[in-house]
Amino acid sequence: MPSYNMNQVKVGLRILIDGDPCIIVDADFVKPGKGQAFTRIKYRNLKTDRVNEKTMRSSDMVDGADVVEKPMQYLYNDGSHWYFMDQESYEQLAADGHVVVDAAQWIKEEDICLVTLFDGNPLVVQPPNFVELEIVETDPGVRGDTSSGGTKPATLETGAVVRVPLFVQQGERVKVDTRTGAYVSRA
Amino acid sequence: MTDERNHWRPTATLDALRARAAVLAVIRRFFDERGVLEVETPALSAATVTDLHLHSVACRLDVVGRSARYLQTSPEFAMKRLLAGGSGPIYQICKAFRDGEQGRRHNPEFTMLEWYRPGWDHHRLMDEVDELLQTVLGVAAGERVSYADAFLRHTGVDPHAADDGELRARVAALGVSGVAELDRDDLLNLLLSHSVEHRLGVGCPTFLFDYPASQAALARVRPGDPPVAERFEVFIDGIELANGFHELADPEEQRRRFEADLGERRRRGLPEVAVDGRLLAALAAGLPDCAGVALGVDRLVMLKIGTRDIADVIAFPIDRA
Repeated sequence: MPSYNMNQVKVGLRILIDGDPCIIVDADFVKPGKGQAFTRIKYRNLKTDRVNEKTMRSSDMVDGADVVEKPMQYLYNDGSHWYFMDQESYEQLAADGHVVVDAAQWIKEEDICLVTLFDGNPLVVQPPNFVELEIVETDPGVRGDTSSGGTKPATLETGAVVRVPLFVQQGERVKVDTRTGAYVSRA
Repeated sequence: MTDERNHWRPTATLDALRARAAVLAVIRRFFDERGVLEVETPALSAATVTDLHLHSVACRLDVVGRSARYLQTSPEFAMKRLLAGGSGPIYQICKAFRDGEQGRRHNPEFTMLEWYRPGWDHHRLMDEVDELLQTVLGVAAGERVSYADAFLRHTGVDPHAADDGELRARVAALGVSGVAELDRDDLLNLLLSHSVEHRLGVGCPTFLFDYPASQAALARVRPGDPPVAERFEVFIDGIELANGFHELADPEEQRRRFEADLGERRRRGLPEVAVDGRLLAALAAGLPDCAGVALGVDRLVMLKIGTRDIADVIAFPIDRA
């Protein structure tokens, strides 16, 4: 991977800090008074999601992190690992359960997910922004009550629980925004 | 990350450009009313600053036999030559160029207002900067805080008395890399920028004055315990807006500072620069006792329209220039 000097340090750049892949979320040039210049960065650790700050001299270099995002198809899981297939090379990759922890409640076999790879290993799995899933359990709503704005919890086939309008029934398919967990419409 | 095809567009709105024009007009009226003469000096000069932390842009010109000329990092040396030539009080609004400086408050080409007041010291000049800021920005009258008091108040550290080890530990705690290689002034500068600056200029401008002697730049050093540089900076909303000096007029002291910089440049492998012999000759001929200040006009416009990004007040920043 290339190294970057402070002129190349920009928001969105993926770098290695203490061995961990991080993404720069803020970069600012500081030159106090008549002194030497520094670059002050904020970075999010892609493993822990934590944001930290670091100040570097203009002569410092940072190492780039081999982080790529790829659309991959979710195949199946065997309880401990989740298997994905590269859409171009058809290679298969196994992801640990903790990598999929947020996505797991939304994805079904054959869904295309955005997989972040660090040194070739899955780091984060993002589900599609919108999924269409069947409601496997919800209380029967009152028919005709379509506009009151009332909602009820519904369990989807993947295990996620979302709030749906009262008129939506068990067995129906609904469209959900996975970024917010919000019901969008009947599918 | 904007699309290259849109890079013909200005980054500043038309309203921001109007605000910039209005600020320039107010500045010119301010100095005209006070009998300060507007001057222009060369942007291209045969010599440049020796300051270790300023990176001049050099170019070669056919008309002078392909020898080097430098784009000014400020008009200071040429304006001092005018003062030595008997100009009286002068001001200039010009472009200054500093390589490597790019960020939310920096563009490598920027607009500077610089002015000089013969017979004044830095405190008298601070009064005038204060009046200019009230006139241009409509802010309240400024407060004056010594460099040492600001440090003590916001960090608990005495910048003159604290030992290097204590400063180093403080700076390391801020998440700064390679602190072992930083010198005392680097450490003080980092503490200032990380722990002090953002608390300055809140409610009214803050004038920070009497800097450590090691940070005198082109200011006089006043003997005492500790000796301090008769230098000031002005902050509004945490933004450093201006830097002023009770100007060093002693040609021998000036030459010693240049030589010290050049030695340090060689030691660090920085580009060699030509010492401005014409400035030294002007000082030898007699620079009147004076105070001078440089103020960032782009930052002034930023404060005027309430933005934190210099690109909002420049038609075409460097990546669209």
